[in-house]
Amino acid sequence: MRGEPLLRVEDLAFGYGARIVGAGVGFAVFPGEVLCLLGPNGCGKTTLFKTLLGLLPARAGRVLVEGESVARWPRARLARTIAYVPQAHAALFPFSVREVVLMGRASRMRPFASPGRADHAAAEAALAALGIGHLAERVYTEISGGERQLALIARALAGEPRLLVMDEPTASLDFGNQARVLGQIRRLSARGLGVVLSTHDPGHAFLCADRVALLREGALAGLGAPAEILTPESLERLYGVPVAVVPLGGGAGTVCTPRLP
Amino acid sequence: MTRALAGARAAALPRRLLLRGLLPVLALLLLALLSLATGRYGVPPGDILAVLGGKLLGLPSGVDATAQTVILQVRLPRVAGALVVGAGLAAAGATYQGLFRNPLVSPDILGVSAGASLGAVAGIFLSLPVAAIQGLAFLGGLGAVAIVYGVGAAVRRHDPVLTLVLAGVAVGAVLGAAISLLKVLADPYNQLPAITYWLLGSLSAVSLPDIGAILPAILIGLAPLVLLRWRMNLMSLGEEEARALGVETRLLRPLFVAAATLVTAAAVSVTGVIGWIGLIVPHVARLLVGPDFRRLLPASLMLGAGYLLAVDLVARTIAPIEVPLGILTALIGAPFFLWLLATARRGWS
Repeated sequence: MRGEPLLRVEDLAFGYGARIVGAGVGFAVFPGEVLCLLGPNGCGKTTLFKTLLGLLPARAGRVLVEGESVARWPRARLARTIAYVPQAHAALFPFSVREVVLMGRASRMRPFASPGRADHAAAEAALAALGIGHLAERVYTEISGGERQLALIARALAGEPRLLVMDEPTASLDFGNQARVLGQIRRLSARGLGVVLSTHDPGHAFLCADRVALLREGALAGLGAPAEILTPESLERLYGVPVAVVPLGGGAGTVCTPRLP
Repeated sequence: MTRALAGARAAALPRRLLLRGLLPVLALLLLALLSLATGRYGVPPGDILAVLGGKLLGLPSGVDATAQTVILQVRLPRVAGALVVGAGLAAAGATYQGLFRNPLVSPDILGVSAGASLGAVAGIFLSLPVAAIQGLAFLGGLGAVAIVYGVGAAVRRHDPVLTLVLAGVAVGAVLGAAISLLKVLADPYNQLPAITYWLLGSLSAVSLPDIGAILPAILIGLAPLVLLRWRMNLMSLGEEEARALGVETRLLRPLFVAAATLVTAAAVSVTGVIGWIGLIVPHVARLLVGPDFRRLLPASLMLGAGYLLAVDLVARTIAPIEVPLGILTALIGAPFFLWLLATARRGWS
C-alpha cells in the first residue's frame, strides 16, 4: 500500500524475565505516521515500549525496521534509528539544556569522542526545531516540566532518528504545554518521522494520531483510524467507565469525556 | 553568525586557558612549595628550589645537608603522596557519584576501603613487612569490590545500581565485623595502635618508592576515565536512558567501577583510609565547573590534590603530635558538607 513500513512488529510477546506481560501484538508504522497507544494502567504499554527500544528482549515474535530484525543490532545502531523520549523527569546533575540535547548524539559518536562541530550543529538544529533555542544555556533541572519535555524531544531529534518512541509525553504537563507538545509531534511527523506515543487521554489521540492501537491486558483490542476505533463502546471496554465521544462542529476535533460512575 | 561565534570563542580561549588551566596549576605548585618549606625544621623557599633544581640537574645545591634530607627524604614524599592520593580519591569519587547517580556516594560505597582495611589489618595482625601490608590492602580493596559486583550481578531481579549499593552495604558490614574481630585479638601494645593509625590514614610513612609502586595502578585506572570522559555524562542518566541513547552500559559500568576501584585501592594501600575527600571534593568541583565530566574530572583531580596537601600540612603542624588525616578530613568535611546541603543551589536537586 505504502511500501515497506518503517517499523513492523510481528506477533510480539514481551515481559520481564519469566513474566510475560503481553503477547500476539502486531502493528506497523510508516514514515510520517503517528501511532497512539492507549490502554489502562498496567496494560503493558511501558513494557511494550522497552521491547521496541531493545531495552528488553522480545519473548516471541519480531521487531523489524524496514524489514530487518533488530534483535542483533548493536545498541548504537538501534538508538540511531529509534529514539526514546522518556517522561519529563528531574535529572540529578545540573546539566545545561544544550549539554542534555548533545547527549542525543552519543549513538553517532565514537566511544572516546567528545561532541564535535557536526554534533553541536545537530543539537542547535534540534533546539531550533522545537523552538527552545533560548533555553540552551539554562540549567535542565531548573526549567519547567513542559520545557523539560521539549528538551527531551530535542535530545531525541539530535540523534537524527527515523522513529520516535514517546512514553506519555503529555503526562504531568499543564493544559497549554500538552497542546504545545502535541503540536510539535504533528510537525515532526510532517517532516517524515514516524512516531509511536502513549497517552492516557483519548482526546489526544484525536488531536495528533493517524492511527490508534488499544492495548488491554497485554493484547491489542483495536487498531485503526481514531474515528473508527475510539468509540464510546470500545473506550468503555478499555477503561471500564462510560465515555462520551462528541465530535465538535466545523471539524474542530473530537472531545472524549468520561461519565462519572 | 556561526563564524562570529567561532571568532569570539577563539578570542576567549587564552583567557579561559589561563583561568581554568594555568592558575590552578600555579596555585597547586605554590601550595606544594609552602608545604615543603613548612614544618618543625623551617627551610626558606629559595633553598627548596635550589635543592630540587640541584637534585634534578645533578649539581651540588650549596644548601646544608640537614635541610636537604628534610626536603628530599621527609617532605617531598609526603607532598608527592598527598598530590597523587588526593587527586586519585577525588577522581574516583566523581566517577562513583556519576555512576551511581547519587551525590552522597563516596569511593567507599562498594567496599573498597573496607576491603583494603581488612587486608592491611590482617597484615599488621600477622606482623608482615610494610610492603606486604600494602599489597594485602590493595588486593583486599579489589577483592571486596569484586565480591560486591559478583553479588550484584547474581541478583538480577532489581535495579542493577540499587542492588550494587545494597550488596556493598552488606559486604561492608561483614568486612567491618572481621576488622573488629582482628582488633580484639590484636596485641594491644604493638599491633592495635598501628591498626588504629592505619584506619585513620596518614602520609607520614609514605616513601617515594611507595608512590612509584602505586602510580602505575593509578594511571591505568585514570586512563579510561579520561578517554571516556564525555560518555561518563550519559552514565549519570541511569541505566535505561543511557542504553536507549546507544550507550553500551553493560560494558562501560563495570569498566568505570574497575577503574575507580583500582585508583582508590592503590591510594589507600599506602596511606590507610582517608575518608571524605572522595565525597566532598567532587561536590566543590561541580559547584565550580558544572557537572560535565570533561571539566569535572580535571577539576576534581586538581582540587583533590590541593585539598589533601593542605590537610596534611595542617595535620603535621597544628599540634606537637601528628593528627591522623581521617580525623581532620572528617572534621573539615562534615560541616562543609552540611553547609553545602543548606546553601548549594546547583550542587544537585
